[in-house]
Amino acid sequence: MTLQKTSAWVALGVSSLLAGAAFAESHGAALSGDLKIISDMSNPAPRAVMEGMVADFQEMHPDLNIDLTIVDREAWKTQIRNALGANPPDVVNWYAANRMLPYVNAGLFADVSDLWAEPEFEALASTKDAMTIDGAQWGVPYTYYQWGVYYRKDIYEELGLSEPATWEEEKANCQAILDSGRKCYTIGTKFLWTAGGWFDYLNSRTNGYDFHMELARGEIPWTDERVRQTFANWRELIDMGAFIDDHQTYSWQEAVPFMVNGEAAAYLMGNFSVAAFRDGGLTDDQLDFYQFPKIAEDVDYAEDAPTDTFHIASGAQNMEAAKAFLRFVVSEENQTKINAGDALGQLPVNANSEIGEDKFLQEGFDMLSNNASGGIMQFFDRDFPAEMASVGMEGLQEFMVFPDNLDDILARLEDARARIYE
Amino acid sequence: MTYATVPDTHPPAPRGWYKRNQIAITPFLFLAPAILFFAVYVIIPIGQSFWISLHEWDGLGEAEWVGTANYERLLGIGEQNMDRKFETSFWNNIKWLILYLLAIPAGLFIALFLNQTVRGIRVYKSLFFFPFVISQVVVGLVFSWFYLPREGLLNALIGVFGFGPVNILGDPSMATYGIIAAGLWPQTAYCMILYLTGLNAVDPEQVEAARLDGAKGWRMLWYVILPQLKPATFIAFVVTIIGALRSFDLISVMTNGGPFGSTRVLSFYMFEESLSEFGFRMGYGAAIAVILFFIMLAFIVYFLWSMYQDEKGAR
Repeated sequence: MTLQKTSAWVALGVSSLLAGAAFAESHGAALSGDLKIISDMSNPAPRAVMEGMVADFQEMHPDLNIDLTIVDREAWKTQIRNALGANPPDVVNWYAANRMLPYVNAGLFADVSDLWAEPEFEALASTKDAMTIDGAQWGVPYTYYQWGVYYRKDIYEELGLSEPATWEEEKANCQAILDSGRKCYTIGTKFLWTAGGWFDYLNSRTNGYDFHMELARGEIPWTDERVRQTFANWRELIDMGAFIDDHQTYSWQEAVPFMVNGEAAAYLMGNFSVAAFRDGGLTDDQLDFYQFPKIAEDVDYAEDAPTDTFHIASGAQNMEAAKAFLRFVVSEENQTKINAGDALGQLPVNANSEIGEDKFLQEGFDMLSNNASGGIMQFFDRDFPAEMASVGMEGLQEFMVFPDNLDDILARLEDARARIYE
Repeated sequence: MTYATVPDTHPPAPRGWYKRNQIAITPFLFLAPAILFFAVYVIIPIGQSFWISLHEWDGLGEAEWVGTANYERLLGIGEQNMDRKFETSFWNNIKWLILYLLAIPAGLFIALFLNQTVRGIRVYKSLFFFPFVISQVVVGLVFSWFYLPREGLLNALIGVFGFGPVNILGDPSMATYGIIAAGLWPQTAYCMILYLTGLNAVDPEQVEAARLDGAKGWRMLWYVILPQLKPATFIAFVVTIIGALRSFDLISVMTNGGPFGSTRVLSFYMFEESLSEFGFRMGYGAAIAVILFFIMLAFIVYFLWSMYQDEKGAR
């Protein structure tokens, strides 16, 4: 046993020496030993992608013994703590920005700055910030997706409306939709985060990306007049009756039928919702997408584009293989393959990869690369620290149902801010 | 004269230590596995919760000693206000405690109703018992569909009588009551079964004697039947109180603590603070758990005390 282990280590040592030279032409460095991966890509399509990736990687490294465990995505959010603590795997799935902060601070994620220093990683520059904490990088992104307003094109055409570019047009469109007996927006806030999306857009369009991130870092009090302005803009829509009733009772999926049945005309959502709309029977002729309109004239567009990531546990047993897997995940061909319309249906992070044929992917990529000069946000629950996000989203949900409680809500959030960022 | 001493070839075997103390030790030997497991899985974790509640800990890194700061924040000792989420959870727990007790009279009523010799009564009994058999998660799901604001059966029903649609689980003032109502469904079945077994043990001669004395109806129930059901009532009380304080799964399934945290109870709040998706406050969660433990302890001490009194009386 000991002997075997030693020889494996020697083999690894040799292979990593060779790897330096061999990497440039191929990923062909011989890896051996075990590679333990825990993934949260549990929905059918992502699961197939993950299994495909492992199969491809296995083919490249036949001597490597890969052990892939797929955990339910929601369950993983609470399991990751235990998984990283005792007997850690080598590679895990997680999210960028503040969502990885507790694990970085606790020393449970390995520093992968050396990977990011490799020339191939220049193609990932757009997400480097989201992976950086304390000047080092702690993982690699494998996919991201745009957020935006998905709407019923046929309803807009019926009412003679066009995609709004300004806040005034947005409200005018909404009034026309309300007059036709429909709701403007569907939303399901039972699990809170959907309201975070609205806040991200309203706040960054009202006060700008920098202000939004300062708020996320706890540098601005929630009782600030500018934050109130964001809520005042939101309230205009609420008072019009723009959102569906009883949204606090529905999950985001349960709110989809309102749009499919034509009872609501639009949904502010991430691109993953397109699959749900299509499953519900909407065709691409009925469904379209527009960028959240400008509110303040002088504020640049900032967009929500959450990044999903792979990380190496600091207690990984097979660091060499884990790094090779991360290199493989972000490689140009693999990114093209896993993000294609028939696979994940999202956007590749590698700038050299090709975007899937899908019209929403094309539009989204165009929006993020050419029309998001304000900046890229990760999303409310990833930009704000975990505790602030949970208190905050609860307040946002309450505001959407009882906008008159705003003063009380803001005082509560401010109280939480004072405690959390101390 | 010499006496030949015949060596005693059969000395009485010296009795081993265990043999000598067998009667005293055996009960402890039988108890040992249970005591060991009880210590490892109950007593020690309780102690650990106390210990953790005196720290600030994210569950990952080093724990930092903060003394009673967590309790001060929860209860609002000093200059700060009481934690509002804690306050809501506490009062919701009280609501659960009180309203959950309705399961006892309801269970008794159904048990009396079903305690007849009618053809096929076993089928009815099993039907009434059925809700207790299905998982709380399923009960929660069924009731959340029942309560759905647009397509739910409840709104269809009250619509017939001309009442407008209500969103029970979306309204912070009604949601807790809606969940308790769902919880009462299986709990009533549980109490009913306890009373049915209790009714089997009712002495028919006493009933006969009471009848000769002219007792019937409510008087019969109150003065003759109920006193004989006292053991069943006691058990029903115990399981209902403990069930109310443990309420967690229905809340998690039906509202996830919402809308805006209005349906939280202490156990759910504890879970949220320390173990959920955004929960990184192990110390704070442990402090909530400790407070819930003391509330439970008050009831448990009362139960043990009254059981002890009964035993003493029986001796």
